Amino acid sequence: MRQVAFWALAAGLVAAALTVVTAKSLFRAAFALSAALVATAGLYVFLSAPLLAAVQILLYTGGVLTLVVFALVVAGGNVETARFRRPVPAALMAAAVFVALVAPVRALTHATPTAGLGDGKAVGLLLFRDYLVPFELLSVLLLAAVFGALMLARKDRPA
Amino acid sequence: MTLGSLLVLAAAVFAIGLFGVLARRHAIGVLLSIELMFNAVNLAIVAVAWSRGLLAGVVLVLFGIAITVAEIAVGLALVLLASRVRRTAILDELSDLSG
Repeated sequence: MRQVAFWALAAGLVAAALTVVTAKSLFRAAFALSAALVATAGLYVFLSAPLLAAVQILLYTGGVLTLVVFALVVAGGNVETARFRRPVPAALMAAAVFVALVAPVRALTHATPTAGLGDGKAVGLLLFRDYLVPFELLSVLLLAAVFGALMLARKDRPA
Repeated sequence: MTLGSLLVLAAAVFAIGLFGVLARRHAIGVLLSIELMFNAVNLAIVAVAWSRGLLAGVVLVLFGIAITVAEIAVGLALVLLASRVRRTAILDELSDLSG
């Protein structure tokens, strides 16, 4: 049962990923991306990281999808005129990268014992005890990104 | 569900995203493909953390997700700016710097 659900999620992830790069409508690509992110969140549940799955759906999927749809509505030009730019070299490049990434994986497939990840409490303690300074720096980065985005996108920009 | 199959899955999604980055013509399409690649890397990190019991991998991915959201906010602001100033977000028509 777990195996079936895992492979269903994996197949869904790949199908959604293919839709993201091939869909003609960018709205459809954006929603396919959110499907891919949700499928990944399902995989995180399987990998005993439910906290990460929740963050992935709330922050990543919600945030990215909202931003992208908003930008598509404002920027217009939803449908691309011609489909791809030089698709054959791009596909060859992607295939070469895939082969290069998979080649070393084959060596470790039979190293199967897995340790698991424990519960969310341990992650929270780690985040707010050992990694407190990076966490605070992250809030500064987010603030800077918001200011940067506002400056770039505002209409009455001083020259 | 083994580490090997998870890493192959992540590599496949990464390669698909790379194709999108190289072949998409609209800037927002390229941004979406970059998100896909980023998601594949996160999946690989969590898979390795899961197989070795490294809790710090989860924290790393949490930080990565937050940084990505910041990145896409700035990236989309740039696309909006380009589409307002140049009336297009098709990357081939924005290639003034390529000489």
